[in-house]
Amino acid sequence: MHIVLYVLFGIGVAFNGLGAIALLRFPDVYTRLHGATKCTTFGSIFTAVAVIIYGFARGGAQYHTLAIHAIIALLALLITNPTGSHAIARASYRSGIKPVGAVVDKLEDRS
Amino acid sequence: MIIDPITFFVVAACLVFFALFSMVRIGLGPTAGDRVVGLDTLNTLVVSAMIVLGAAFDQVVFIDVAIIYALLSFVGTLYIARYLERGL
Repeated sequence: MHIVLYVLFGIGVAFNGLGAIALLRFPDVYTRLHGATKCTTFGSIFTAVAVIIYGFARGGAQYHTLAIHAIIALLALLITNPTGSHAIARASYRSGIKPVGAVVDKLEDRS
Repeated sequence: MIIDPITFFVVAACLVFFALFSMVRIGLGPTAGDRVVGLDTLNTLVVSAMIVLGAAFDQVVFIDVAIIYALLSFVGTLYIARYLERGL
């Protein structure tokens, strides 16, 4: 049981770190959004699942409450995060930001 | 005690350190879209760190705050996106 929690925390922290590095290293808005949003959502799933397993394995009413509230927080994060990133991408396209190095823009006559 | 409680604090410290990276991007992002991406990443990392700290201190209230923070930051992100798209 120790090993499972340590592995889940390790995967979560590693992916959150990759998302933060992607935010610093990528060249424009769309690639930064691609790297940061997906990596931090994936990493947050793993850290929250580790807390949920910890709560259910610890036992007792207080820790079961903690685990169930962590499930609700994870669901809120899973619903809101991709929707927010979609809204950011659409808003940055419509406010006139072009991708770096793009040659054709097939969305131009459709939006 | 299932695992060492220091583990939770180490994980939360790593998440806060990554939040500093996204604050760097908020500071020097060239366009407004870059700053919004940094803010969105910062919100996700703060929610994740709050869940871990709730398990570290055995406080359910921290996780309740994380739920409300996730929902309110989503509303804030949508409003900033709408502002970038067509003005207030």
